[in-house]
Amino acid sequence: MNDGINRRNFLKLAGLGGAVFASGLYPGIGTAADSPMADFFFVQLSDTHWGFEGAPNPDAKLTLKKAVAAVNGLEQQPDFIMFTGDLTHTTDDGQERRRRLAEFREIVAGLKNQNVRFMPGEHDASLDSGAAYKEFFGRTHYTFDHKGVHFIVIDNVSDPAARIGEEQLQWLAADLKQLPRDARIVVFTHRPLFDLYPQWDWATRDGADAVNLLMPFPNVTVFYGHIHQEHHHMTGHIAHHSAKSLIFPLPVAGSQPKRTPLAWNPAEPYKGLGFRRVGAEVKQAKYAIIELPVQKA
Amino acid sequence: MRLRRIHLALFALVAGATSVGLYAAAQPQERVIRVVSKKFTFTPNELRLKKGEPVIIELVASDVFMGFSIPDLKFRGDMIPGKITRMRFVPEKAGKFTVICDVFCGDGHEDMHGLISVVE
Repeated sequence: MNDGINRRNFLKLAGLGGAVFASGLYPGIGTAADSPMADFFFVQLSDTHWGFEGAPNPDAKLTLKKAVAAVNGLEQQPDFIMFTGDLTHTTDDGQERRRRLAEFREIVAGLKNQNVRFMPGEHDASLDSGAAYKEFFGRTHYTFDHKGVHFIVIDNVSDPAARIGEEQLQWLAADLKQLPRDARIVVFTHRPLFDLYPQWDWATRDGADAVNLLMPFPNVTVFYGHIHQEHHHMTGHIAHHSAKSLIFPLPVAGSQPKRTPLAWNPAEPYKGLGFRRVGAEVKQAKYAIIELPVQKA
Repeated sequence: MRLRRIHLALFALVAGATSVGLYAAAQPQERVIRVVSKKFTFTPNELRLKKGEPVIIELVASDVFMGFSIPDLKFRGDMIPGKITRMRFVPEKAGKFTVICDVFCGDGHEDMHGLISVVE
């Protein structure tokens, strides 16, 4: 990190599991100077809930479009963009679900960088085991490699009971078996793989099985969504980083009796919402995480 | 014809109860508490139990697949339409504990809560 990043208003700057955190303000974010050692950048967007209507976000029809504009406005475009689930808000009506998925896809087609990857959240996939989602975005779990990092997308939502399932765990084990122990591994999931707060269903029932499979690898980092807020946690040497939402923030786990969304504040619209840019330093297996707002401050 | 339908319904309930696999032999004196789920509520949504006193929880789903979970007490059961899940439950600690649905069931799932009060 250099003076360029120090001049910005850091909310925090701390090391955790090879990650460095910062809150970035516009303009100028997205320059190479922010993470001078990064080999590449990616952007994580999460929990857009397209189709949601309600008081927690009276601007719901525009928030995703503003986020797309914000990503397009980055001075340096990321290598790729990852959406970590809950692309749409759930509905019992399969036709309406498909309409929302189609509209979501149309909006994100406006991203300047079209190297975009997706995964479902429970709102997209749990009511039909991912059937509609697959029609639009294909597989719900997959891997890809980018500049020395092995990315693994784990689906812990197509089963409404929040299980990865034995079949997918075997697939994960087979994939990991091919990798050298010092492989740089990044996992994307929707739900946390650890018991963050099961009292609010913030967990994956067999998430520990996936973590156990990953544990022999010293360089693993997990990025996920679901809880609509930034959160950082370690399971052994594995770091887990949740992202903010792009529809409404949720309270800190256990801070109130129910997990009702935080109220929209007209004086501070979009407060608590945002996306993040992640700079990967491959050799060191470090990730510089910069949280970005939906629109310029 | 109507009698036959009732017989079939009773058969389905009995078959469901035995197929769940979570059935534990109930002692005659143990209290039976039936909890019925319906989007997006549990009825009753508050149970009062006594610490150490075993009860039989009967879980019935009236519309869609749901889950009855008390994470703090490590107790959960599936609520499957057409079946009755019977589970023996012995609360081991006193206090108030949140009940949630841990099977995503639709727009309202996140608001589906209940409460277990366990007294000494």
